[in-house]
Amino acid sequence: MKKLRWILIVLLVVGLLLSACQAQPAAPEEEEGPFQIAVVMPSSINDLAFSQSMYDALLRVQEEMGGEEAMTFDYSDGMFVVDDAAAAIRDYAAEGYDLVIAHGSQYGSSLQEIAPDFPETSFVWGTTVDTFGIDNIFAYEAASDEGGYVNGVIAASLTESDVLGVVGPIETGDAKLYVDGFVAGAEATNPDVQVNVNYIGSFSDVALASEAANTHVAAGADAMTGTAQMVVGAIGVAEENDAMWFGTQSSQTELAPDVVVANQIYRWEVVLNEIIDLIGEGTLGGQSFTINLENGGEVIEFNPEYDLPEDVKDLADDTIQGIIDGTISTDVSE
Amino acid sequence: MISDLFSMTVLVGILASGIRLATPYLYAAIGETFGQRSGVLNLGVEGQMLLGAFTAFYVAIQTGNLWLGVLSAMIVGAVMGLAMAFVTVNLQAVQGISGIGFYLFGLGLSDLLFQRVLGTVETVKGFPKFNLPVLSDLPIVGEIFFQQNILVYISFALVPLAWFVLNKTTLGLKIRAVGENPEAADSLGVSVARIRYLTIILGGTLSGIAGASLSIALLNVFQQNMTSGLGFIAVALVYFGAWRPFGVLGGALLFSLVNSLQLWVQVLGIPIPSDIAVMMPYILTILVLVISVSRVRAPSALTKPFKREE
Repeated sequence: MKKLRWILIVLLVVGLLLSACQAQPAAPEEEEGPFQIAVVMPSSINDLAFSQSMYDALLRVQEEMGGEEAMTFDYSDGMFVVDDAAAAIRDYAAEGYDLVIAHGSQYGSSLQEIAPDFPETSFVWGTTVDTFGIDNIFAYEAASDEGGYVNGVIAASLTESDVLGVVGPIETGDAKLYVDGFVAGAEATNPDVQVNVNYIGSFSDVALASEAANTHVAAGADAMTGTAQMVVGAIGVAEENDAMWFGTQSSQTELAPDVVVANQIYRWEVVLNEIIDLIGEGTLGGQSFTINLENGGEVIEFNPEYDLPEDVKDLADDTIQGIIDGTISTDVSE
Repeated sequence: MISDLFSMTVLVGILASGIRLATPYLYAAIGETFGQRSGVLNLGVEGQMLLGAFTAFYVAIQTGNLWLGVLSAMIVGAVMGLAMAFVTVNLQAVQGISGIGFYLFGLGLSDLLFQRVLGTVETVKGFPKFNLPVLSDLPIVGEIFFQQNILVYISFALVPLAWFVLNKTTLGLKIRAVGENPEAADSLGVSVARIRYLTIILGGTLSGIAGASLSIALLNVFQQNMTSGLGFIAVALVYFGAWRPFGVLGGALLFSLVNSLQLWVQVLGIPIPSDIAVMMPYILTILVLVISVSRVRAPSALTKPFKREE
């Protein structure tokens, strides 16, 4: 009796293995379907900043490719816990997505571990330039100093108090690049200008961001900027005190249409399109990309409601053109 | 450049910022004080705050009535408190773990509602600055203390009120007895369960207002996870304040003032790396805690479920 049970178990296991193997040949059929993208993001898709810039870009890629029949994407947002994000990245890879995007520099070491387990899947990591030398990881970043520089030029031209305030999250990566660009642009335009910079040590502490903005106003700033998703608190303070605001990552105009002057907007589709083409040709990683003003991955969007003087607008346009031509350098490095 | 710190603008700025930053801590920590004095540790404060913040924001934006927003946040906080009380008093669950559960519930639900109902970050016209007559005209002091919004004043008024209730009323005596020696209180006819329900629901209600003070008074926006750890700091402040309302006030002010000081340190360009500057309030709080903790004793029955010996 006991023997019989053992035989039965062995048969079942073998059967299971066989059926698993048989499922394999069905795989090629999947390639007929839409290109499947999954993305993991640290904050919510409507944060008016970092995560939203990627979500909006994916929507535009989908439209360009011809809708849901050509490309579908799924996302996990609010993944500020890296462990959760790593689990999501692994799940997406296991489910057979063509491209898995880890949208957050904090996900790097997780990706380094996961990517080698799924050699058929292409992974993208940003913002960084590091692909770890792994064949199926692409990297992307933004030359955020360029738009920061342009915003700085405009702010320094418009300020009457000659004091500008910056609310930053943590002094690293994309944020530091943007802030340094802003300071460089402002100082190059108006030698009398004083740029006060504040890093609050958090990407999510809206209350402290708001108080940092109050501090800038008390110190005399009449124009402010800031980067990352916690700045929504600072924008409210800008509006309350009728101080100008300069946005980055996504458009923040709708939040305070009276005081937002201009936004640097990330258009990640420039990078995504290139990566999708490469995957089509069989390259799954190993390269890194940068969005900037020249390749159209960054654009400066002026708030149409804001009455920007003609000469300042011209100066801004010249600055953008200068950065594209290479005649203006932001002199900022990471 | 250090000398810039002592100009009048800077000092007034630091103090006024500190008062504002302390407001949500006061609501949440005073509420938590009641719970802990009755023997219940509620780590779900942050979740209650998030749901309170969302509810207040949503109701305010829908009805245009800010007080209705505050009231709704109180109700949501109270319901969260009720659930917490059921789990810890009736089911006798481990308090720390169930609190974390409620935190995660509040975090997740507030985010889900935000995504589904609002869909994007919006602003609301929150409580305006309310200059107290006469007092707000006082030089310096007026600018620091009396040109804030109404929820800021209420949070500070709450401190002596909580002190009075805890130390000068029968109810306060019962709360303290339940937290120190529930068996004795029970034998004298005090219902341990009823007192703990009351304090946990009160704590939830105040945490709800703490959330509302952020979303419709101080910041006037709602964003996913906007409390960003404030609720946990509030729980720490209760320990810091040695379970006394005025101690909690001292802790909240110390933490907030050092936080606003570090904002000014950076703005004035005093050469301290930003990473060090943002650590200042935490380091100082830990130091004071280490120095003072040996002198005070927690409520004896804190975190211990009460089961009547039959």
